[in-house]
Amino acid sequence: MMAAFSVARSSCGLINGLRVSFRSLAPVKHGAVAAAALQTSLLPDCRRYSVGHLSVKERIDMKRKAALVGGGQKRIDAQHKRGKLTARERVELLLDPESFVESDMFVEHRCSDFGMEQDRNKFPGDSVVTGRGRINGRLVYVFSQDFTVFGGSLSGAHAQKICKIMDQAMTVGAPVIGLNDSGGARIQEGVESLAGYADIFLRNVLASGVVPQISLIMGPCAGGAVYSPALTDFTFMVKDTSYLFITGPDVVKSVTNEDVTQEELGGAKTHTTVSGVAHHAFENDVDALLNMREFFNFLPLSNQDPSPIRACHDPSDRLVTSLDTIVPFETTKAYDMLDIIHAIVDERDFFEIMPSYAKNIVVGFARMNGRTVGIVGNQPKVASGCLDINSSVKGARFVRFCDAFNIPIITFVDVPGFLPGTAQEYGGIIRHGAKLLYAFAEATVPKITIITRKAYGGAYDVMSSKHLRGDVNYAWPSAEVAVMGAKGAVQIIFRGKENQAEAEAEYVEKFANPFPAAVRGFVDDIIEPATTRKKICRDLEVLASKKQVNPWKKHANIPL
Amino acid sequence: MTTSCCFTLFICGGPLPPFQLQTVSLEPFFLPRTALKKSRRCVGDKNTKSVFCLPPQTFDKILIANRGEIACRVIKTCQKMGIKSVAVHSDVDASAVHVKMADEAVCVGPAPTSKSYLNMDAIMDAIRSTGAQAVHPGYGFLSENKEFAKRLAAEGVTFIGPDTHAIMAMGDKIESKLIAKAAKVNTIPGFDGVVETADDAVKIAQQIGYPVMIKASAGGGGKGMRIAWNDEETREGFRFSSQEAASSFGDDRLLIEKYIDNPRHIEIQVLADKHGNALWLNERECSIQRRNQKVVEEAPSTFLDSVTRRAMGEQAVQLAKAVQYSSAGTVEFLVDSKKNFYFLEMNTRLQVEHPITECITGLDLVEQMIRVAKGYKLLHKQEDIPINGWAIESRVYAEDPYKSFGLPSIGRLSQYQEPLNLSNVRVDSGIQEGSDISIYYDPMISKLVTYGATRAEALSKMEDALDNYVIRGVTHNIPLLREIITHPRFISGDISTNFLPEVYPDGFKGHQLEVGNRRELLASAAALYITAQLRSQKVLGNLRVSSTPVECTHWELCAELGEGLYSMEVEVDGGKVEVSGQWNLASTLLPLTINGTDRMLQCLSRDASGQIVLQYLGTSFKVRVLSKLAAELNSYMPEKVAEDTSSILRSPMPGSVVAVSVKPGDTVAEGQEICVIEAMKMQNSLTAAKQAKVKKVHCKPGETVGEGDLLVELE
Repeated sequence: MMAAFSVARSSCGLINGLRVSFRSLAPVKHGAVAAAALQTSLLPDCRRYSVGHLSVKERIDMKRKAALVGGGQKRIDAQHKRGKLTARERVELLLDPESFVESDMFVEHRCSDFGMEQDRNKFPGDSVVTGRGRINGRLVYVFSQDFTVFGGSLSGAHAQKICKIMDQAMTVGAPVIGLNDSGGARIQEGVESLAGYADIFLRNVLASGVVPQISLIMGPCAGGAVYSPALTDFTFMVKDTSYLFITGPDVVKSVTNEDVTQEELGGAKTHTTVSGVAHHAFENDVDALLNMREFFNFLPLSNQDPSPIRACHDPSDRLVTSLDTIVPFETTKAYDMLDIIHAIVDERDFFEIMPSYAKNIVVGFARMNGRTVGIVGNQPKVASGCLDINSSVKGARFVRFCDAFNIPIITFVDVPGFLPGTAQEYGGIIRHGAKLLYAFAEATVPKITIITRKAYGGAYDVMSSKHLRGDVNYAWPSAEVAVMGAKGAVQIIFRGKENQAEAEAEYVEKFANPFPAAVRGFVDDIIEPATTRKKICRDLEVLASKKQVNPWKKHANIPL
Repeated sequence: MTTSCCFTLFICGGPLPPFQLQTVSLEPFFLPRTALKKSRRCVGDKNTKSVFCLPPQTFDKILIANRGEIACRVIKTCQKMGIKSVAVHSDVDASAVHVKMADEAVCVGPAPTSKSYLNMDAIMDAIRSTGAQAVHPGYGFLSENKEFAKRLAAEGVTFIGPDTHAIMAMGDKIESKLIAKAAKVNTIPGFDGVVETADDAVKIAQQIGYPVMIKASAGGGGKGMRIAWNDEETREGFRFSSQEAASSFGDDRLLIEKYIDNPRHIEIQVLADKHGNALWLNERECSIQRRNQKVVEEAPSTFLDSVTRRAMGEQAVQLAKAVQYSSAGTVEFLVDSKKNFYFLEMNTRLQVEHPITECITGLDLVEQMIRVAKGYKLLHKQEDIPINGWAIESRVYAEDPYKSFGLPSIGRLSQYQEPLNLSNVRVDSGIQEGSDISIYYDPMISKLVTYGATRAEALSKMEDALDNYVIRGVTHNIPLLREIITHPRFISGDISTNFLPEVYPDGFKGHQLEVGNRRELLASAAALYITAQLRSQKVLGNLRVSSTPVECTHWELCAELGEGLYSMEVEVDGGKVEVSGQWNLASTLLPLTINGTDRMLQCLSRDASGQIVLQYLGTSFKVRVLSKLAAELNSYMPEKVAEDTSSILRSPMPGSVVAVSVKPGDTVAEGQEICVIEAMKMQNSLTAAKQAKVKKVHCKPGETVGEGDLLVELE
């Protein structure tokens, strides 16, 4: 008992005793439980009712009940059979228990063509569930498209509901999460539906950089609809059940005569590895929604809020001895930048963004002493960590998100330069590479840079160098800041000289170390790798009050 | 199918003091220090560097021709004795622990052992350039290489080990047996010469009586060994063994001897000087083996009485004297169930498992070897050699114990913490956090030694030590070690060299949970889950939009564990499991008190989808904890179809491809060899799982492959 008392007096722990009681340890068949729960609480077919002799209160109840089953039990079962959850189940799982406050449950579509005006074609709430709620206590606005109602198609009313919560999110300053599962435009409504899309797009654009916007694609999302996720900050997908494309396989076949499956054209794998449209893919709906909760913890609610700080158990002054040996002696040998990141951040907890796309750069969120930070690192394991078109764009977009939402950026540099070649030049590496340069240069959030090994050429400048207003720039003893590697440099400087090996040794002695940069003050200090975590945590504490303003402009003009 | 069970958690209590880091002593120590005070009379302690008590002058500088833990072990004694140490290393080992510990280090070549640690020319150069006066060879590598000993002698450098004559005499199995017989050491009944033909083999086998063992004269490590129970098997065994012996050792000479059924492997440590004195330092029980490699050793043995011990010891000393042995050596015996013991072989070097002898006798064997090499007489008499307490050694390997009791695994030790905070624990290792376990060398991580006044004490300490040992980044055999030392048969001392195959006839499957243990595990996982959930709500600082944490003291959760083998054993009994502890989500160790019992769990991983991997009782268990709602909804999630593995061949371990026997378009039969992977000097033949046509070959001979790499695709 003494232990318990002493425990209670202290201030920084969590829980000291958990009593677990096994009530019913019998194996449970969840399918049966869930289905029963839904069926008993709702009328089997709520949509068929007459209004004539009912009181207003009864009508309200009827409508509410009808709204809860969306397109009806049959379609719900079909949705489950596809391995997908319903719009409401998704919202329930995403948000804290009983925190969802729904709006516009009574909204119905206003289409009167093609028999749509009939009662059986009216669904209270139409094909989207909207409202606000909490994730781990923090406010969020949510819309969840309901595939059981007209295949989740977007009507004017549907768009209006989404716009309403987006407007509210903007006025309050809270993120918007969209759960997309929609067949596309409501064709019966024609231009009204297109107008609806545009209304959403406009709001996506206006909210961009004001509140974080996240799209979770949990079913089809085709045609014009894809541009809403594309405009949001992050697009996540569910493997095997979600698709994103401008036109489906049939149209592709008729136009370009290509044979392609839905999965190949716009599945999660395509977009997370080839196109870079999506930022992450999850196994299934449950996995995706639980991960979304975890991801949400990293984000500030709006651009007015500082980077969130969560209670942290990992000592900020922890020495990371394993880092002292991580950079191999041979400069040509690769190592995994993720090892460095995992070892330095709180609790090895790193939420990687686009882990399967442009793997030569690693970006993602982590915490340092509880505070959310954005991490950017060259990945020597893939293509030597060079910068190319895809990695520049991937890095630039991430840096801009962090800057927009006050998230400090920590950059780990081991870059041999930009990737040469016609493919890169023709593809416009100059203008794409400029994006990353631009993003780092314009960022006013705290920027801490650690050069672990190579920082060669223009890529050195790009990677959050001192010259681009880096707040704290460190070099490890293994760092080499130079215009290029020894071999290439010697061939130019000592062209024609006989003893190339000697010249190379001279160059290595002079430049293949952190001193040239350190003596000029281009790195603030040369630090022992083991102390990196401690140093970053201390620096972030100081930089929390950093104030830096860019010159007034209507908006900047990033080289798109 | 998965086991699911629901339970309700009640949370009580308040906040906790901050997690306290226990002070960890960084330097392993030797145990116990009480025994043999006499020997320490003038032996320099690290702290007593006074002019009045100098250690006897031995060498100024010793080169250690080895790597890893044994190099570190030798360097430690050098430091204690005030001797400068020189490490040799391959280029990949440039930042290894033994290199950092040594006063000087010399690179002797690239990673493959044949080009570095076995490269005598480079090592001789290193000796010359550093001016080392003596060489300690450790074990393996050049430790029993007579050529190396000769070359050292030619240069006037002392070899810390026996002289060339003894190495040669004991290195050959036939010769050593003859010498042993002459020295009146019990030997296994058998034929004392080379067996010429299969017919000879049968004749000899009949004379000795079945079963017999046919083995290579030059062999070791289980290669070229066959057991025969009748004439036919003898003929077959003769043929295979001579082929294997020829290919493995370049020497196809064979010998035949009686096969001892259900034997124990017990060895006697001897220590001799150059003046004809020899001691036996008691026995080590090394019966727990897999593929003829020792896994758990202990000293003393539960099986020997003092009469047998003395008899074995005296015979071992007789043998040592017969070959004018000097330095430390080990005489291995097979002991049958009636305590008859037979000479097996003599190892003319320091053994891997020497620390347990040091623990119970208080001697530092490396120190003794150095003294003897310098020509000093032994300090002790036989009656000075005690058995103080009990010591157990577990060999912690980077290997997957679920694949034939251990297939090598490689990787980087991303997190590594030895259980040195516990008392009476000694860890001999040559790695540290951040070290790489590579395919080039032995995958041993460390030797974990625990000591106690009694065997039970040493065993319980070993349990604690294994639970407190943090190893991340490589697969390790702690699950197996912990199962062995807690197995009733092991505890009762009923062991033999067949222990593992007998106890785990279908292979090692990890700790099997009983109802109570399962409940503890699930409760711990659930408690961890809730701790993480509650912490997620703790957002600090001034918030513009206020946060509304879920006020929840009652959680309904579901946990999935394993593959449903025990689903019916999960009982509805309303039993309560109380879990308390210091919930530090950043810590690798998770000390919990479950229903009043202290348990050390380790959280290996934890992710957003509720997946928690806990190391509990040595074995890691995957538990998925979900809220009741998530678990309900999860039942709608389709099971993803796993990759069809019968048509693809993946490398089961990291290694290099020796041969690829097929090419695209070939048709292979079920069981036909497809390719051969060599890892840790073991060749593994990979075969087709079904009859099929080869679609694509993804590897070529000479290539290095990682575990799980695609080798060959079938149609």
